[in-house]
Amino acid sequence: MSTHHGRPDSIAARTVDLTKVYGIGDAEVHALDGVTVEIHAGEFTAVMGPSGSGKSTLVHCMAALDTPTSGSVFLGETELAHLKDKELTELRRDRIGFVFQAYNLVPTLTAEENVLLPLAIAGRKPDPDWYDTVIDAVGLRDRLGHRPNEMSGGQQQRVACARALMSRPTIVFADEPTGNLDSTASAEILAFLRDSVRDFGQTVVMVTHDPVAASYTDRVIFLADGKVVDELRSPTSETVLAHMSGARRGPETGQGHAALHTA
Amino acid sequence: MLRFTLRNVMARKVRLLLSALAIVLGVGFLSGSLVFTDTMGKSFDNIIGGSIADASVRLTGIDRTSLSAALNIDQRTLPASLVSTVASAPGVARADGSVYGQGMFVVKANGKLLGGTGAPTMALNFNDAPNASGEPTVTIARGRAPEKTGEVVLDQRSAENAGYEIGDTVRMVTAGDQPRVAATLVGYADFAGGGLAGATMVLFDTRTAQDLFMDGKDAYTSIELTADKGVSQEQLVKAVEPLLPKDAEAVTGKHQADEFKSVVDTVLGYLNTFLLVFAAIALVVGSFLIVNTFSILVAQRSRELAILRALGASRGQVARSVLAEAVVVGLLGASAGLALGFGLATGLRAVFASFGLDLSATSLVFSARTILVSYVVGVTVTMFAAYLPARRAARVAPVEAMRDGTARPERSLRRRWIVGTAMAVLGGTLVTTGLMGDGGWGAAQVGLGMFTVLMAIAVMSPAIAVPVLAPLGALYARVFGTTGRLATQNSLRNPGRTAATASALMIGLALVTTISILAASVSASIDSGIDEQFTSDFLISNAIGQSFSPSIADDVRHVDGVGVIAPAQLTSLKVDGDQLNADATDSRALEQIFHITYVSGDAAVGDREIALMEDRANALGVKVGDDVTLSFASGDLPSRVTGIYQSTYVVADAVIPFSTLTAAKVQRADTSIAVNAEPGADKAALARDLDAATADFPTVTVQNKDDFAEAQRGQVDQLLYLIYALLGLAIVIAALGIVNTLALSIVERTREIGVLRAVGLSRRQLRRMVRLEAIAISLLGAVLGIGAGLLFGVILQQIVKDQGITDLAVPWVRLVVFIAVATVVGVLAAVLPARRAAGLNVLRAISTH
Repeated sequence: MSTHHGRPDSIAARTVDLTKVYGIGDAEVHALDGVTVEIHAGEFTAVMGPSGSGKSTLVHCMAALDTPTSGSVFLGETELAHLKDKELTELRRDRIGFVFQAYNLVPTLTAEENVLLPLAIAGRKPDPDWYDTVIDAVGLRDRLGHRPNEMSGGQQQRVACARALMSRPTIVFADEPTGNLDSTASAEILAFLRDSVRDFGQTVVMVTHDPVAASYTDRVIFLADGKVVDELRSPTSETVLAHMSGARRGPETGQGHAALHTA
Repeated sequence: MLRFTLRNVMARKVRLLLSALAIVLGVGFLSGSLVFTDTMGKSFDNIIGGSIADASVRLTGIDRTSLSAALNIDQRTLPASLVSTVASAPGVARADGSVYGQGMFVVKANGKLLGGTGAPTMALNFNDAPNASGEPTVTIARGRAPEKTGEVVLDQRSAENAGYEIGDTVRMVTAGDQPRVAATLVGYADFAGGGLAGATMVLFDTRTAQDLFMDGKDAYTSIELTADKGVSQEQLVKAVEPLLPKDAEAVTGKHQADEFKSVVDTVLGYLNTFLLVFAAIALVVGSFLIVNTFSILVAQRSRELAILRALGASRGQVARSVLAEAVVVGLLGASAGLALGFGLATGLRAVFASFGLDLSATSLVFSARTILVSYVVGVTVTMFAAYLPARRAARVAPVEAMRDGTARPERSLRRRWIVGTAMAVLGGTLVTTGLMGDGGWGAAQVGLGMFTVLMAIAVMSPAIAVPVLAPLGALYARVFGTTGRLATQNSLRNPGRTAATASALMIGLALVTTISILAASVSASIDSGIDEQFTSDFLISNAIGQSFSPSIADDVRHVDGVGVIAPAQLTSLKVDGDQLNADATDSRALEQIFHITYVSGDAAVGDREIALMEDRANALGVKVGDDVTLSFASGDLPSRVTGIYQSTYVVADAVIPFSTLTAAKVQRADTSIAVNAEPGADKAALARDLDAATADFPTVTVQNKDDFAEAQRGQVDQLLYLIYALLGLAIVIAALGIVNTLALSIVERTREIGVLRAVGLSRRQLRRMVRLEAIAISLLGAVLGIGAGLLFGVILQQIVKDQGITDLAVPWVRLVVFIAVATVVGVLAAVLPARRAAGLNVLRAISTH
């Protein structure tokens, strides 16, 4: 599982001393507290941690959906902090793919229209070969004319995955993509994400709290209380579980690892 | 449950505010109309109270309760000796002779006419005769009373408006033998009862007034009686009755007040109905907005309502909680509407004052009825509109509480087709039977039928929306790509909602289109009528049909280059009991200028002859050679029908010779003079000379064919623009409806908007999407409304075809302008919702549930 495709040394995205504070005064919550991470291109990375650890916030900030309180986010060589709303919009449209837990398809559009939506918004034509490749990979060929409410959750999420990949983004973020799905549908989605990394060299970052889901990835980053506390390469569900309990047991074990990553 | 309801109202302040705004506008219009007409009524009551004596002796036979009788100036008088006769009757404290002169106007210092189009000018002899409450009707406020010929007193407001001060020479014109009158202003008069509602009061001493209006005879038009203490009005009348000549009668002050009131009430009734029709339209349009708002709120709250149901609330409780919300909205809306109505009435008063009907002396009348009607209407309309959504709310199954999402399947469009078709058939039937019926009931049926058809279109509109929006969708997709496609799909996502929103606009535009077609048809008919029939070179007339002195015709006759002239006097009379308007004229002269086609017989030229228009003759069932009875205020005159002519614009329902007027004791005063130039005369020079000859008389204008047509069209246009302005309110409410629907559906689609933004839709694209959706809604309304309006306009023109609206004209350019206006309405309505959508935080929008 550790085999890298693409360019193993290049960095698809990184954060430097990223902080996100919600609320003010007594209600202040540090969702992210100085996070520095690097996402390697062509890797499938999982971000794990207990509820409130900041894992979703991290992904939202990296995907230009949220603005950090301080610190920097780089997508490739582009620093997001310098971008205006228009440029951020284009960035989301052209260089980022996002898969949500709640599918979030546009209900008035068919599966096919949903998949092509980011391209259509940009006013671009899809590359027919790439389109066929992705549609076949998610196995949606016979569902293209259906609207979201005519599809199962698993099918909808596969549409969402295809939508995320269609513009060949630099990086795909998936926020608990299997959270609403049963185990069979989950397995299909995870396999698709893994295959897109293996076969197409896609970079994927996935937030999850499911050790089985994490076992599909190349690398797991553990977050707790807004800090990176641990990291694991070539995970299996057993090693992930072990790390999770380790991370939960106390900060001592975690801090050693965290020191590597926090400035 | 009440607390729950109130909390809901508070939680959705903005949305409910928007729907309450529809009620505010509708009720505002309603209460404003009522307050204004009440104020007008009060103002006239004051005038009545201020001017009427205990009892009055007057000439018989004059119908003082109808307006058309005012067309004729009666030449009969009461001899001065009668004043002393009645004064000596038992119970009479005093008797004062009144001279009332009709047809007099004050010429302003700048040469223009004072008043004219608004309140009348009343020329009277000055005396200190008291009204029924014992105070003098007229008092001198400044200066002194008129004492001899060459002196005049005006009420102060009129003097100021005319630009005269005490000591100035006031110019006046009359319809009598002395057309020009000049007198020195010696004082300002006050009228008891406060204010004249803009009327002009001109006072002379009795001798001068008799010279001007009584042919110099020592005579009066009426005698005002004041009773001794303890003598009632009835006793007073009884006491003088035996002393009166045959054509005089005595009436109580109360009787006179009732007569006057019935005239005022008729006029106010028309005005009130006119204004209330538009208030009703605004409320109907507003109720669409309320239905929509409540439907959407209920849909969005279905989960919350389901939880209530799951917790044990009954269907009735859920429905009542929604209806209670409607009551609160209705009450708030009606309260604000009343305040708005006060403002509107103030505005209306200012508008009327600018037309010469000045009510500023009377404070606005806020009657209990106005307040009651406003609240009842406001609350009833809101509850009525909220009823269906409330019922739907009650049908929410408790299990919905556990389901995700609020979208519920639309009910089948088939039912809408069935109900809509049934309504359309009913409406069509009503229109058809209304057309066959006659009078007010027939017209009411046609109106009700058209309303039903409009409602039928509204019911079917969700089904009609799909095919209507399809070409627009194709255009959108072509021009705007994905944004356009998304906008179309959004507008079709909930066809019921889109269609209800569009229906509000449809009603307004259907009416505007209907009125426009009618107005264009009237103008076209006038044009073609004038083209065919207006064969005189010039027409001298008064813009509003007031009569003027026959001496003007004599002046005109002597202008160089004048060939033939034909003066005519419009008069009101009864033929065999049927009221109609006739032209008294010299038919030989008239027919040298105008062509009148006789179906049978020939012109009425000799004494006691009459010619009738064809449909009038048919209605009366008379033919050439028949004897008919003409009734005037002074009595009956037998006449013989000499001719029956085809329908024409040139003369009225009947033509009689001048000699009939003399016999009927109706004063000669022309209402028009047709003038043809001598052959070879320079018409431009003649026009200048005619203008010069009539320069002293601002009461008359000299028009050639084009001027005349222009003036006629101008009157139509004026009415048209007034109606546009009044219907504008319905359009404003419809626009509010679009704002509301868009705002609510943006709330509903928050998450989806977040997703679109997340996958790269820019703020601009998002705003455009909302704007395009708004335009789709308003264009749907425009297409339906203009379609319905075309249908109605054509049908109505067919109905009134026989009444002179012979030509059908469809103002296509104007209709295109309406579509453009609808588009602009859509764009404007989208501004706030689009801004709101674009301002949504992407991340928060996505995590909305």
